[in-house]
Amino acid sequence: MPTTMTKASLLILAAALVTVASAQNRGQQNFDNVEIHTLQLRDNMYMLVGAGGNITVQVGKDGVLLVDTEYAQLSNKILAAIRKLSPEPIHYIINTHYHGDHTGGNENIRKAGNTIAGGNVAGDLGAEASEGAAIVAHNNVLLRLSMPNGNQPAAPQGGWPTDTYLSDMKKMWFNGEGIVLFHPEHAHTDGDSIVYFKRNDVIATGDIFTMTTYPIIDLNGGGSFQGMIDAVNQILDLTDTVYGQDGGTLIVPGHGRLCDTGDLLNYREMITIIRDRIVDMIHKGMTLGQVKAAHPTLDYDPLYGTSTGFWTTDAFVEAAYKSLSQTAKKK
Amino acid sequence: MDEVHSVRKTACCLLLLATLGAVPLSAQIELAGVWQNKLHEDFPDRLAGPEIGDYTGIPLNAAARFRAEAWDASLIALPEYQCRVHPSDYANSFADIRIWEEYDKDTQSLVAIHIHHFAWGTERTIWMDGRPHPPDYAQHTSMGFSTGKWEGDILTVTTDHLKEGWIRRNGVPRSDRAVVTEHFIRHENGLTWVVMIKDPAYLTETMIRSRDYVYSVAGQIAPYPCESVEEVIRPKGVIPNHLPGTNTFLKEYQKNHGVLQEGAMGGAKTLYPDFRQTVIAAGDLGGKAPGPLQ
Repeated sequence: MPTTMTKASLLILAAALVTVASAQNRGQQNFDNVEIHTLQLRDNMYMLVGAGGNITVQVGKDGVLLVDTEYAQLSNKILAAIRKLSPEPIHYIINTHYHGDHTGGNENIRKAGNTIAGGNVAGDLGAEASEGAAIVAHNNVLLRLSMPNGNQPAAPQGGWPTDTYLSDMKKMWFNGEGIVLFHPEHAHTDGDSIVYFKRNDVIATGDIFTMTTYPIIDLNGGGSFQGMIDAVNQILDLTDTVYGQDGGTLIVPGHGRLCDTGDLLNYREMITIIRDRIVDMIHKGMTLGQVKAAHPTLDYDPLYGTSTGFWTTDAFVEAAYKSLSQTAKKK
Repeated sequence: MDEVHSVRKTACCLLLLATLGAVPLSAQIELAGVWQNKLHEDFPDRLAGPEIGDYTGIPLNAAARFRAEAWDASLIALPEYQCRVHPSDYANSFADIRIWEEYDKDTQSLVAIHIHHFAWGTERTIWMDGRPHPPDYAQHTSMGFSTGKWEGDILTVTTDHLKEGWIRRNGVPRSDRAVVTEHFIRHENGLTWVVMIKDPAYLTETMIRSRDYVYSVAGQIAPYPCESVEEVIRPKGVIPNHLPGTNTFLKEYQKNHGVLQEGAMGGAKTLYPDFRQTVIAAGDLGGKAPGPLQ
């Protein structure tokens, strides 16, 4: 029988994930020297890179739409970068999930924009109807941002989603383009949205796909290891390549460089192989300690592993072990 | 008379200037044309393909070896892997190439050198105009981003922004952090193409290999279409791989060729002459004596 994680390690993991959730409160991090870099993806799409999660920007005659907002401390720099791309108002912010490194700037950037309103709505509500950009997210993002989490208070109300969805998909139309939000039930968290820009063939994955660390499975936030794999396969179903594994769909990961299908295939290979190994070890009755000692991630550690920061290789293996043990029990 | 003399002088100067103008500012040679790949070197490793568990000659680290041991050849039967191209640092192991040069119309300065590989029909650009490499957060590709410079008659190319690839196509990985230096050395109708791979993730030393080409006067390159098909029906998301300690194919190469296990597993120390003493001391080469030291 596999033994469960120790209480101490669970507490450490929980603390680490609370840290993620409250990343907007990282007062100790110095943002003064952070620069916001802009990378053009298509004629009217860009990726902004700073200190938090990547931001995807779509601009056009309808206005500006953002996917994620990084940290609150970077909002002025982000707004300055956006103003270089378009003078049009910011109408939409889409959140890929609730973590502060992706939603911390919601309140500030929302204030800088406005919601498209008119007719009866504007007549009934007046100026309030168009106050601030709309923040679109899965409903679980609203629930998590609006509730205290452990010792962390709820996020500022001005940064909460204003336009949520409950099902596994939401469709939008903006700047002459269909935009589809897909919600995998339990992946990085339980409130993830994969944002697919259909005409531009660009996908913003949030932290379902990151290039800088092992997959972050926020178990306290409703995440699941197998759910991550399922979500990655769901993204791959949306992508095309020009030839081989190159070109075609552009993929903006939650963190790290711009990617395409080939990069996501490599990532899927990594998480699937590590899953296979850990599941095999669980089936053999190995304890978490024994699994760690067997180094199931040895071959990928040079790419994704670290012994420092909140999401160490050990933290990843612990979360994987716990999540996959639960999946194994259900079967 | 003086006037005629002066006109002649001017004409001579112009002719001299025109002649000098045809000489490149830095030494450079013509690489354009179709080049035929010679396969005499490392033949079994190239067309036939490397054997499972043969990591000889590769300064790989423990992580790379562990990953290679997990590699299952069935992986390349997956539809999404069937048309995966050989990365630019591996593609020169086989197939003919066409090289052509791109000049600025007005200044006649060399802007870029392009290479088309027959294998998988890939094309790459080597920028010669001094442009910088893209930032870290830019996209990587199978061909990478290359810039070149002339070092005497040798074209030296630096490539980064590579997508993850392979050192050997039996599972030995090359990471997307690798930086590749290449030398293109022309000897009349011969071309030697040297590839040097530095990979901080999977190699402990620089991996070096060379390939040779011969100029082809009437060379043509055929197209290389690739369309994936469903070769094996599998559940969605399956990635063929060997769990640690279960790959029964790893010893075949050692057994079939009488190669010491330590040598077959590669690593920097196996690349140096001193390793020969280890082989002799082991004295177990499946009945085969070690060959002459090259």
